[in-house]
Amino acid sequence: FGAEFRRFSLERSKPGKFEEFYGLLQHVHKIPNVDVLVGYADIHGDLLPINNDDNYHKAVSTANPLLRIFIQKKEEADYSAFGTDTLIKKKNVLTNVLRPDNHRKKPHIVISMPQDFRPVSSIIDVDILPETHRRVRLYKYGTEKPLGFYIRDGSSVRVTPHGLEKVPGIFISRLVPGGLAQSTGLLAVNDEVLEVNGIEVSGKSLDQVTDMMIANSRNLIITVRPANQRNNVVRNSRTSGSSGQSTDNSLLGYPQQMEPSFEPEDEDSDEDDIVIEDNGVPQQIPKAVPNTESLESLTQMELNLESGQNGFIPSNEVSLTTAASGTDTEFETRVPNQKLLEEDGTIITL
Amino acid sequence: MRRFLRSGHDPARERLKRDLFQFNKTVEHGFPHQPSALGYSPSLRILAIGTRSGAVKLYGAPGVEFMGLHRENNAVVQIHFLPGQCQLVTLLDDNSLHLWSLKVKGGVSELQEDESFTLRGPPGAAPSATQITVVLPHSSSKTLYLGTESGSVFVVQVPGFRTLEDRTISSDTVLQRLPEEARQRRVFEMVEALQEHPRDPNQVLIGYSRGLIVIWDLRGSRVLCHFLSSQQLDSACWQRDGRLIVSCHSDGSYCQWPVNPDTQQLEPLRSCVPYGPFPCKAITKIFWLTTKQGLPFTIFQGGMPRASYGDRHCISVVHNGQQTAFDFTSRVIDFTVLSEVDPAAAFDDPYALVVLAEEELVVMDLRADGWPPVQPPYLASLHCSAITCSHHVSNIPLKLWERIIAAGSWQNTHFSTMEWPIDGGISLAPTPPQRDLLLTGHEDGTVRFWDASGVCLRLLYKLSTVPVFLTDTDPSEHLNAQGEDEWPPLRKVGSFDPYSDDPRLGIQKIFLCKYSGYLAVAGTAGQVLVLELNDEEAEHVVEQVEADLLQDQEGYRWKGHERLCARPGPVRFEPGFQPFVLVQCQPPAVVTSLALHSEWRLVAFGTSHGFGLFDHQQRRQVFVKCTLHPSDQLALEGPLSRVKSLKKSLRQSFRRMRRSRVPSQKRRPAGSPGEVPERSCRTERLGLQNMELAPVQRKIEARTAEDSFTGFVRTLYFADTYLRDIKEIQLMHRAPVVGILVLDGHSVPLPEPLEVAHDLSKSPDMQGSHQLLVVSEEQFKVFTLPKVSAKLKLKLTALEGSRVRRVSVAHFSSSRAEDYGEHHLAVLTNLGDIQVVSLPLLKPQVRYGCIRREDVSGIASCVFTKHGQGFYLISPSEFERFSLSTKWLVEPRCLVDSAETKNHSRPRNGSGPEKALGRARNSGSQSDGEEKRPGPVMEHALLNDERVLKEIQSTLEGDRGSYGDWRSQQVAMSQVSRPGVQAVR
Repeated sequence: FGAEFRRFSLERSKPGKFEEFYGLLQHVHKIPNVDVLVGYADIHGDLLPINNDDNYHKAVSTANPLLRIFIQKKEEADYSAFGTDTLIKKKNVLTNVLRPDNHRKKPHIVISMPQDFRPVSSIIDVDILPETHRRVRLYKYGTEKPLGFYIRDGSSVRVTPHGLEKVPGIFISRLVPGGLAQSTGLLAVNDEVLEVNGIEVSGKSLDQVTDMMIANSRNLIITVRPANQRNNVVRNSRTSGSSGQSTDNSLLGYPQQMEPSFEPEDEDSDEDDIVIEDNGVPQQIPKAVPNTESLESLTQMELNLESGQNGFIPSNEVSLTTAASGTDTEFETRVPNQKLLEEDGTIITL
Repeated sequence: MRRFLRSGHDPARERLKRDLFQFNKTVEHGFPHQPSALGYSPSLRILAIGTRSGAVKLYGAPGVEFMGLHRENNAVVQIHFLPGQCQLVTLLDDNSLHLWSLKVKGGVSELQEDESFTLRGPPGAAPSATQITVVLPHSSSKTLYLGTESGSVFVVQVPGFRTLEDRTISSDTVLQRLPEEARQRRVFEMVEALQEHPRDPNQVLIGYSRGLIVIWDLRGSRVLCHFLSSQQLDSACWQRDGRLIVSCHSDGSYCQWPVNPDTQQLEPLRSCVPYGPFPCKAITKIFWLTTKQGLPFTIFQGGMPRASYGDRHCISVVHNGQQTAFDFTSRVIDFTVLSEVDPAAAFDDPYALVVLAEEELVVMDLRADGWPPVQPPYLASLHCSAITCSHHVSNIPLKLWERIIAAGSWQNTHFSTMEWPIDGGISLAPTPPQRDLLLTGHEDGTVRFWDASGVCLRLLYKLSTVPVFLTDTDPSEHLNAQGEDEWPPLRKVGSFDPYSDDPRLGIQKIFLCKYSGYLAVAGTAGQVLVLELNDEEAEHVVEQVEADLLQDQEGYRWKGHERLCARPGPVRFEPGFQPFVLVQCQPPAVVTSLALHSEWRLVAFGTSHGFGLFDHQQRRQVFVKCTLHPSDQLALEGPLSRVKSLKKSLRQSFRRMRRSRVPSQKRRPAGSPGEVPERSCRTERLGLQNMELAPVQRKIEARTAEDSFTGFVRTLYFADTYLRDIKEIQLMHRAPVVGILVLDGHSVPLPEPLEVAHDLSKSPDMQGSHQLLVVSEEQFKVFTLPKVSAKLKLKLTALEGSRVRRVSVAHFSSSRAEDYGEHHLAVLTNLGDIQVVSLPLLKPQVRYGCIRREDVSGIASCVFTKHGQGFYLISPSEFERFSLSTKWLVEPRCLVDSAETKNHSRPRNGSGPEKALGRARNSGSQSDGEEKRPGPVMEHALLNDERVLKEIQSTLEGDRGSYGDWRSQQVAMSQVSRPGVQAVR
């Protein structure tokens, strides 16, 4: 594919549909059966994708007068060359606002293709966390990327009722190049891990925290105190004494505010248990009602123990079988040698 | 966690929790790890054992037990009871003395440390001046005489530990009082023996290591007699009447010295080297005990011929022309002889020899011919062969209990019929409400059945699976080894035998059905034996069946150990559990799970390759399932090859350690002790710095399907429930499954097979929908049945970072309401915490720290009982018993009273109050005899049991036609760590 340049003209007032444009490109480059990614340089010099009518029209309308189109073979495509997703962008906006000179050293802004579009990370609970802290959510599921980080024991200085005290803590020790943790840019070496999915790690051993993180790896929410505190959001609406200094007094100051932010199970993405059964096609198993999330119903169940137990016939059996992957997927698939088992099985039923 | 706390604030529930749950470590069963000292109080009739970790344990009558722990983590070197008192003094290896006493509080005695003391010499004296070598509690109970390395004897007042300096008997003082001719030689050095005159409390025998013995007059401060031996002195003792002294020496000889203050004895009356003429090892301790018949008992430790038997641990008993050298399998720590206590009695008349060896306590009956051993009711050596697994069965039916005891009595014929002679104190603990069995599997292929109902863990019966197999050691060779030389007259005693013929014999899983008497036992080389209880000796062929767990998996090669070879032809089995079927898993990997359903006559077994189901009635394989995943390489190598690599890595790390240590040792200047700690300190600091340079890191990575595809079957469970066809649940969080349970329509765990048939459980509610609980290392999940749908879960690891190591259903009874109880899960985590998780709602109820998280073997050995108790190994030889229940507590409650000792002082006259307590001491042979005879009652019980079984069988068969079509209930569930649950109809 090398580098091949073509120049051709297009009717600006009648751009037509994206498919037609795509066909035209394939024709111009004589590559009718090659899947390609199409991008263009916008007025700011950012590389943006063209993959539907809308952004195609936008591209054509902003051409001034030339439209520079970049075409890559899909299998060789460098996705990272594209712009960022909205979440990262939000963060970049923040940092840009805070420190205009502090442009991330990322060479490209990443925007994934819409068909592949999904969040890989996010900063959450910005409004309730102290400014010195950052709560990062890593969306592992669906990606092939490894989480890609290591943790270690260490010690940090805390403000306690007895003054400054050195206490043991857990720190990020290493980021694997190309891993999810590194690619988000939200975690860094020597960041102190304060919470894992809402559970404080203080008093827990390195192995315990490791187990917690791995158990939550499908939907990992880590609250860290970044080693580099210069990128923090400065808010002036806060009344409590968080000054943006690196001293950590938040653990004493904020517990109530942190409380309602999220239950560890509020997005249960690791419930992909599979049930293999007889009818071949993997089926998702309905979640019996009530499920764990509804605390009220649980308490009720406990009170009406007698009446509550006569079987919860799931009402959403059908709808869940076609539900979008991600919430709860318990498949039922066939045991391959089912016939054999049945034959033998009759012996058991004395 | 938070949400559970929030919902747990219901005050009524909190109150109920207090009525249901309570954590206690109640008693330690087994033999103390690393014993280092023995003490005995003839007046209290209580034995004391000290350990290298600073524990003191007291044992009296069965059930009378006390434990104390020194604050210092130092070895207990000596234990001495104060004569006639409920007090004892311990000497630690840091040269400190500690006074303990048994005090009565709230009706029960408690052992507590009163005070401690370290002997101080005059300023400027060498440390050896006050290094205590012997302790003599004076019969007045007011003073302790302390012999030291310097040769001085210090006098200390107790209680209070006040040094009476004016009464110190220094070696100089003694030297001055010696006649001229004895003063010439350097005869002193350290004090080796201190013995009070048996009749005259004012005379004390002092023996010095260079061979001088003096009899010191405490009042007159003078030497009454002195004896000079040519050999180094090791110990000395008085004859009961005080007319003779017997001393023992480092050359293996002992000497008798007549005591006559008027004539000075230059030579011993008699000197003897019992195992001469070749050089012998030292006799380190000797007893000289008189009898009514005239000829004394001489009992001594050591003295064996150095070259040929120098490595033996022997205690010799010589009496009336008989001589036996009891040969112990482990080092002898100390020994004592139980004899007449009454000071007025003319003779010692010894009746028992108590020997504390490194690994067991052995007591010999000195009255019976041949001096047979007495079976101890406690201090059992759990680790005779290393424990490899354990299994607890609660509430054993009386019939089975009696039959097991009967089988065990066949094995105990070599024991003396003497009632246990150490019987001080009174056990006030209530009689156990039920009969519990603890079964331990051992490395040598044996299963031991322990009575775990009460405070004393007592061996009932020992089953050996070895006769089924051909092993390297032929029994005929063994016989030859027994018929060794006639001299010395060695006799092996004790049961501690850490050597296994073949590591493949090791027992890995045990499952006993208490109703049918069927037992399944599985071992290291994939062997699964099904046994049934037979009251008669029998000879039969053990049918052998192979279970190919790899099935049609291609391209696998088992690199582990080979299977065991079964002995061809009929094998003779003693009464007890007799194997009738051997299922051999192929490949012969270690059996990792086992379940027995005696109602359906099925045994299920699993290894790292798969699991199988076998009908032991029809002797045919029902089902085999391979769980192996192509990417799993580990399963192909046997566990032994893995052990090898572990050994290798250990060796390497030791080498590394040695390499790093050598230079610092070389640089260490010899003979400057002050330098040493500083040096080691520095290396330690260096080590710490290194650690900081390269901190321990943990990789955080989501588990992939491949990681967890080990196919290792961790648990198997039979259930009679609703299920359509075969289902396999795969837990996508990829943690190994450690437990399965089915709850009935009322959310009550399904009863055990045959439990309902025996009227011991309500029949399960088969109307409402059942629930399946699957416990993985990380999560608890409830699914509905028969349509498998997720209902509830508790994500333990995600919340706490702990993983489930053991889980078991337990019934918790309320301490208040008589008939109220709840079923919950008892859970042990990898952090050593014990938690109770509620059923069916999976709410954490309570959590207690139980085992140190570093104590991996302790955590691995834990078993729960059905009533909220549990056991775990605190050392290779000791089980700690704990209780989570407020109602079920098995703990020693006992009373030791010095007033009671008055009754004890004439042990064989049978005093009134003791009879009232039902402890007739010397009528033991009668009750023993009763236990040994399996009476007609038991035979009837057997028949009865068979009949019940047949009835059940027929009803079950009848059922099949009518209900089988729509009720597909008979389900065997198995569990693979892959993580999945497979159900087999």
